[in-house]
Formats: sequence, C-alpha cells, structure tokens
Amino acid sequence: MNGFFDIPSDLQHSWSGLIGLHLREALLPVAAGLLLALPLAQLCVRFRRLYPPVLGATTVLYAIPSLAFFVVLIDYTGQSELTVMIPLAVYSLVVLVPAIVDGVRSVPGETLAAATAMGFGPVRRYLQVQLPIAAPAIVAGLRVATASSISLVSVGALIGNQGALGNLLAAAQKYDRPELAVNAVLTMAALAILCDALLVLLRTLLTPWMPRGTRRPRPAARSRRPEPEAATR
Amino acid sequence: MIRIDSVTKRYPDGTVAVDRLSLDVPDRSITVLVGPSGCGKTTTLRMINRMVEPTEGTILLDGEDIRRRPVTDLRRSMGYVIQNAGLFPHRTIVDNIATVPRMLGWGRQRARKRAAELMERVGLDTSLAERYPYQLSGGQQQRVGVARALAADPPVLLMDEPFSAVDPVVRKGLQDELLRIQEELGKTIVFVTHDIDEAVKLGTMVAVLREGGRLAQYASPAELLSAPADGFVEDFLGADRGIRRLSFLSSAALELTTDAVVPADASAERIAASGARYLLVTDPDGRPLGWAEPGELIAGDIRTDRLLPHGRPFVPGADSLRVALDCAVLSPTGWAVAVDAGGRVTGVVSQQAIGEAIRAAHARGRTDQAGVAP
Repeated sequence: MNGFFDIPSDLQHSWSGLIGLHLREALLPVAAGLLLALPLAQLCVRFRRLYPPVLGATTVLYAIPSLAFFVVLIDYTGQSELTVMIPLAVYSLVVLVPAIVDGVRSVPGETLAAATAMGFGPVRRYLQVQLPIAAPAIVAGLRVATASSISLVSVGALIGNQGALGNLLAAAQKYDRPELAVNAVLTMAALAILCDALLVLLRTLLTPWMPRGTRRPRPAARSRRPEPEAATR
Repeated sequence: MIRIDSVTKRYPDGTVAVDRLSLDVPDRSITVLVGPSGCGKTTTLRMINRMVEPTEGTILLDGEDIRRRPVTDLRRSMGYVIQNAGLFPHRTIVDNIATVPRMLGWGRQRARKRAAELMERVGLDTSLAERYPYQLSGGQQQRVGVARALAADPPVLLMDEPFSAVDPVVRKGLQDELLRIQEELGKTIVFVTHDIDEAVKLGTMVAVLREGGRLAQYASPAELLSAPADGFVEDFLGADRGIRRLSFLSSAALELTTDAVVPADASAERIAASGARYLLVTDPDGRPLGWAEPGELIAGDIRTDRLLPHGRPFVPGADSLRVALDCAVLSPTGWAVAVDAGGRVTGVVSQQAIGEAIRAAHARGRTDQAGVAP
C-alpha cells in the first residue's frame, strides 16, 4: 500500500480524480477571470483615465497573500471549492486586464482608422478587428494566469482539504510518505506544462496571420505621425 | 459633387484645424488637398466621411447634408485609403478587399469574386489572394488598400497620403496606376498629400492649404504654377516651378527642322549642302544613330561608332515642352531629336527654338487668362 499512486483514502479521490478536481479548481477561475477582464479592459481602453486606477486596484488585490484571502472568504463561502476559486479568479483578472489592454492598444492606428472609415461600428470593430489582433497578447496573459492558478490551487489544502493535488502534500507529512509529495509536485508541473502547450497550440491556430519564426506581429505599417483624435472613435 | 461650405474645425483646447474652408469638389476628377503639416488637410478629408465633425459649416454630397445619413452608411459609400494601407493584419488579402461588400450583405462567393477582379485591376497577381498582409511589400499592401477602397464600387474615394510611405520608384508606379484606374472608373477622388509634385501630377484641381487650415489657393495645376496667388503658395511650389510648368505645355507647336538630318548613306553634296554645325545621322529606316560634325563625315562611309550619342528623343505632341527642353539640355549638341511614335526622326529642334516656343506659350497663356479671368 505504499505505491506512488496509492492515494490515502481520507482524500476521497483517486489520483486521476485529484487531477480532474485540480484542473477544475485551477481553470474555472481563469475562465471567469477572462470573462470579467474582457469588458473591464475594453472600458479601460475606451476611457483612458480609468486604466491607472483599475491597474492600481488590481495590483493591490494581487498583493494580498492567497492564504489571507482564503481566511477572509471562509466567513462567507465556508471551506468550499468556491473559497479557493474566488481568489484565483481575482489573480487571473489582475494578469489578464493589462494583457488585454496592451493587446488592444497595439492595434496599429491606421488599421483602426481604416476600420472606422469603412463603416465599422464600435462593437463590430472591437469584435472583428481589435480582439483578434489582440489575441496573441491575450493568450500570453492566459499562459501566465493558468500556470500560476495551477500552482496556487494547492494552497487550498490548508482550508478543509480543498487543495486537490495539494492535499497530497499534507498527506505526505501526515502519513510520512514523501513519495506523495513528489507525486503532487510532478503532477502539478506536468499539468502546468500541458496546459501551457495547449495554449501555445491555441495561439498558433488563432494567428495564421503572424510571421512564422518570430511569432510577433510585425507592424509592417507603422504610423509616422500621431493620429488625429478621431482615429480611435 | 462634394460641397464644403465655410467649414471650421475648432478643438476644445482652442486650436483651429480648419478655418472657414469652402471648396467644391467636382465629380469624376481628382481634387488634391496639399499643404505643410498642420494645415488641416487630413482633418478636412476626415470631415467628409464624418470621422471628424465640423464645429461650424456644412458638407453637402450631391446637394444633401452628409449629417442626414446614418454615419456607417455614409462611410460604406466612400472608399478610404490611408497611409501605410492600414490593412487588417489578421485577414487574408482577399478577405481584406472583400470587407465592405461583406458588410453590405454580399454573399461570400460574390464578394471574393469581386475581390479577385479588383486585385487584377490594381495590378496584383491573384496568387496573392490567400496571403496575409505581412507577406506583401509596402507597395503591394498599398495596392491592396486601393482595391479594398474600390471594392463596393463607391462613387467617392478619400485618399489620405496613400503613397507617402513607399519609396520613390514604387510611388511613381502607384501614381501612374491611380491615374490609369481613374481613367477607367471616373471616381470623385479627394486626395491628401504634403508633396506638391504629387499634387501637380495627380490633381485635376489642387487646393493649397496653409497653417491654421486656411485655403491659400484653389486652382488647376497649370494655373497654380503659372500664377501662384501669393508668396506662401509660390514658396510652397518650390524654386523650379517655371520648369515644372512646362509639363503642361504641349511640344506640338515646336518648329522642327530637317536640314540637319542626313541618312547614313548621304552623298557628299547632301552633307555639304546642309550648312548646319552638327548633323544627325539616321539609319535606313529613319531611326537616329547619332550626331557628327559635317567635316568628320565621309560620304558613303560614315563610321556610326564614332558618332556622338543622340540622347533621348521626344515625341512632338505626346510629350510636353518640359520633356523637349530636357532632351535638348541633355543632348551633346544642344539640339533635341524629335521622333514619331515609331521612333523615326521627324526633325530636330534647338534649345533656342524651344525657348522661343516657351515665350510664345507664356504670352498665349497670359492672354488666355486675361480672357477667362474670373
């Protein structure tokens, strides 16, 4: 009963069950963060003065240690998965908002002006021009958020065993089975690398329009003059 | 017709970009707005498709205030070409060109077929259709920009310094292409540039704007060059406007002489009889071979390899006086060689004779202007 994959029964999950749980606790918050970040970033792009305070506020949230965050939330959401996922969603949001804002702002001025001049309304322009061109930056943000989320889930082990694979760390101490800790670390690392690879693949599929090799949009057309104010209307 | 009626654009900080500008843009012609940076030319252009709203004044399109139409409808009825093309980097060339037709509800197949037609019209190989913009050169991207603007066959084309960011050789090609397309399609084009040479080359009418968005002069290129309204326009036209103006004068009226033209097999009498200081030797078909002094020519045995080069010839009527003068200046003898469309010599003309023609043309121009003075 001392095998690498023999999970103590008090965790109530098999190894693969823990993986599924871990992915859910890590990725749902990233998805939620993305859904919140998209409109928030668009507001920041549209109303420039909103961006610095939003950036400041999210940075402060990011500075709160996850453990403190969990403890505060326990009063409201108890020792549940939700208590783990809310802080992770907030952290994702903090990473994604600047990524999306920078991505959307990187759209060349001429491209925006041309879209406006061709009769794109603001919504169509956002969905069909700004967002697709910002896709590489958004995926880059998602990679950071996903990796950090997968590692942070394990802290949930401290609040009522909601840490999925992280619970193995506690179990390793409790039962003096260090191989369980090794299992937890390796599995989490593998999950993080796998998710990252999938995101890289996603970006490749989303951006056939980027120069091969560099994988960076080459602004073949860069403005030499500042654009008149109307360009971004 | 686009009528810009005492339009002013004042920004909240008090800057005046355009100041009581009035301008009638005639149909089916190229109207160029030209001036130094900060003269409001781009602002003026962007007021026509309401990317900038005027503070005062109105703009009428075929008699109707442009504010009475939904703004996206208005914009879709006007092609827009911008500096550096402003292509959508994430869409293929064919999808870039098909953008407006697709927005207007055309089917995918029809829009793509139209895009392919336009690629040919602007001189792009249709094999580029599925490429992305980054795979094209700057000049090719700009052609795509023009094709995209033409896609829905809008009556009006707005062009904002479209050729400023490409090198001079490519720019000349694009300019010639635009003139050719305009000849075929007859759009109402408003063209913004800071390059007076481009303005003079492309414009049917040229509006020169000065800093602060005021109109300095609105005239045809020939009139602009011959009668600049004031010192600002004269400065802006540059030092060689006299020479450039010759581009608008025909070389048809030049008096050619054939006395100094001899065939390679000319007799001694023919050579002696010419009396000219230099003789132009032609081959049996009448094509120019080169210049020689009469004394160097031996009848029946003219050494064509010893001749002075004849330089570039001009075609009277087809070429301007500027070209004829250039040929004479570049010729080692000071005489320009005139040929017909087939390249056969029709005569030669001296710098002095071209000078006479220029003076005569100027004199005619003055009386013409006096006759039609507004």
